[in-house]
Amino acid sequence: MGHQEAQKALPLVQFHNVTYSLPNATIISDLNLTVERGETLVLLGESGCGKTTTLKLINRLLTPSSGEVNVEGKSTTAWDPIELRRRIGYVIQEGGLFPHFTIARNVGLVPALMGWDDARKNERVREMLNLVGLDPDRFAERYPRELSGGQRQRVGVARALAADPPLLLLDEPFGALDPLTRASLQREFAELATRLDKTAVLVTHDVREAMILGQRIGLMHKGQLLLLESPERFRASDHPQARAYLETLDVNGGSS
Amino acid sequence: MSFWQFLQANWSELLLLVRQHIVLVFVSILVAVIIGVPTGIILTRYRVLRGPVLGIANVMQTIPSLALFGFLIPLPFIGGIGTRTALVALVLYSLLPIIRNTVTGILNVDPNVREAAVAMGMTGGQVLRQVELPLAMGVIVTGIRVATVIAVGVTTIAAAVGAGGLGVYIFRGLRQYDNNLLLAGALSAALLALAADSLLGLVERQFSFETKRSSIVRKLALAVAVVLVIGGVAFWLGRSTPSSESRIAVGSKDFTESALLAEIVAQMLEARGVSVERRFELGGNLPHEALVAGTLDIYPEYTGTSFTAILQHAPITDPRAVYDQVKQEYADRFKVAVSQPLGFENTFAILVRGEDARRLNLKTISNASTEAPRWRAGFGQDFMSRADGYPGFSKTYGLKFAAVREMDLSLTYIALSSRQVDLIAGNSTEGRIPTLDLFQLADDRRYFPPYEAVYIVRQDSLTRVPALQEVLAKLANAISTDEMRRLNYEIDGRKRDPKEVVKEWLKGKGF
Repeated sequence: MGHQEAQKALPLVQFHNVTYSLPNATIISDLNLTVERGETLVLLGESGCGKTTTLKLINRLLTPSSGEVNVEGKSTTAWDPIELRRRIGYVIQEGGLFPHFTIARNVGLVPALMGWDDARKNERVREMLNLVGLDPDRFAERYPRELSGGQRQRVGVARALAADPPLLLLDEPFGALDPLTRASLQREFAELATRLDKTAVLVTHDVREAMILGQRIGLMHKGQLLLLESPERFRASDHPQARAYLETLDVNGGSS
Repeated sequence: MSFWQFLQANWSELLLLVRQHIVLVFVSILVAVIIGVPTGIILTRYRVLRGPVLGIANVMQTIPSLALFGFLIPLPFIGGIGTRTALVALVLYSLLPIIRNTVTGILNVDPNVREAAVAMGMTGGQVLRQVELPLAMGVIVTGIRVATVIAVGVTTIAAAVGAGGLGVYIFRGLRQYDNNLLLAGALSAALLALAADSLLGLVERQFSFETKRSSIVRKLALAVAVVLVIGGVAFWLGRSTPSSESRIAVGSKDFTESALLAEIVAQMLEARGVSVERRFELGGNLPHEALVAGTLDIYPEYTGTSFTAILQHAPITDPRAVYDQVKQEYADRFKVAVSQPLGFENTFAILVRGEDARRLNLKTISNASTEAPRWRAGFGQDFMSRADGYPGFSKTYGLKFAAVREMDLSLTYIALSSRQVDLIAGNSTEGRIPTLDLFQLADDRRYFPPYEAVYIVRQDSLTRVPALQEVLAKLANAISTDEMRRLNYEIDGRKRDPKEVVKEWLKGKGF
């Protein structure tokens, strides 16, 4: 953390000593974390490590038991939750698309909630579908079940981006896809995030995905953040948990 | 009569009952949906309420329908006799499947989809209206479908509280051992249930997102179509009773003689060009209440019943006094007129075998008192327990029987003719009195209160439809006790169609 003095804008997301516990279990303990503007931060960890909980604390699907999560300098509990969530794009596995809405209506959901007029909304929907590589003329009037898993995931990303939110949260967005589709979507997303200069927090258990997409990688284990490093320094880490992940990468032999 | 002939003869009445049935089911399901769906939604929000509320709805459904009607009758506002009570009971029965399926449908919405909806910044109301309800709609419609089919069945019981519907035929069929009536009622109800089931099945498939692509517009169109079909059917069936200035609603109580007297008036009015709505076989004091409320114009009644059951006086024995007082009080209290007596009474008739009467030269009950110690008597439960029944009767005439047997009223006639008993208290207009050669001893000490048959008619109906006055004038003293017995026997004994019997009788009378 040597460049703080160079930072002009307020960090987009900050966790201050955040603990989240259920009656019989502590899910997150004493988490401190800052998400800088423009970066893609990947939270890496196995199931149950608290990485999804961390995401939900950002858009106030959950609120901390103690400590504070600040978004744009304001505690999530001080935000109007509806307003907060409309400023944050959210992508989950399989997209979480509404099965009874057409693709166009799914993508245009947040603009519609925000009261955009139809012309502007429709224009935006076409733009978003083009952005994620789906031909609007072919896909706009279809229903989610008529699309492949990869196509649905693209729609999920398009929906999250539609109202041009400053922040994107992605929860294992590519987890349910076959390896080829996953690889191509990962590439496209990395390119998209850079081009649109979006800030993103992405959760995954796939170290390879973390290395491809993350500008920083946070390794989580049993509710704690063990490491927060750039991919290069993560690769060089001698932390035993990090090494365990990196070894799977070598066995799979997929990395350069 | 074959079933087919029966249908041809009773087509218009059957359609009327089908219409009543549909309206009862439709209204009660509508109300149940309006109450049940919001209740179900609330239960998905407040988990603690779920157990108790579903428990209550569950218990509701296990109460036998007749018992539920019984509970409701004494209650103010929601109870009483008639359509309202039936609707309350039907709504209570319909709630469980609708509430339960609403809860299940909403709770079964994919949690990922609900989470996505919340995370997109939808408000609670938007999540409910745009996501949860549309996705739960298929399951909710299934609940409505189940409730509707149950309601079509339960509505047959509604006839017991005077709400009409196909149960009228089923109850009447059971009472008269008439298979045509039973079959017409039960078959129509079954067909109605099947039709409702398949119609709602169609709606249900439209709401299922997993199997088929469908647009909101198409679902709306279908919903409109369903409402139109139901409305259209109800309207079409409704044509059979067009409303007009000169229409008269004729009612009757729920036994053969009352329906016969009502049919006589109905046919005489129809012969004079008046259109008639028949609302026969109403239970309890419902005809009186309906008449005072204005939904009936005329129905047959007995002066003694008016005097004791409606005006709540202690029984007295002078027929003239009873008639005059009933007439006066009805005019004052209800603005309702009482016709001239029809010429017969339907009261307790003390009966002996005709051969005994001839052999012993018995004419009056007093004549029989000397024979009583050697006789066994058979009385119905009603006669044994009523204020104007056995205790006063035996005291008035100083009768001491060798034995008194309490038994079912309708069996006493057979018991008498087959010499199991020697004296009974029957019904004075019972059709079997002549056919079994029974003799009615005269009530020479005037113990029994008078039950003279009359018509009760609204005063405004008399001025609105002058033909009514003419008809009532003709019927004054026109039916003797013997004639009434014969008419009752034609229907109860020989199972003939009341309409035919009445038509013949009117012809014979030259009315």
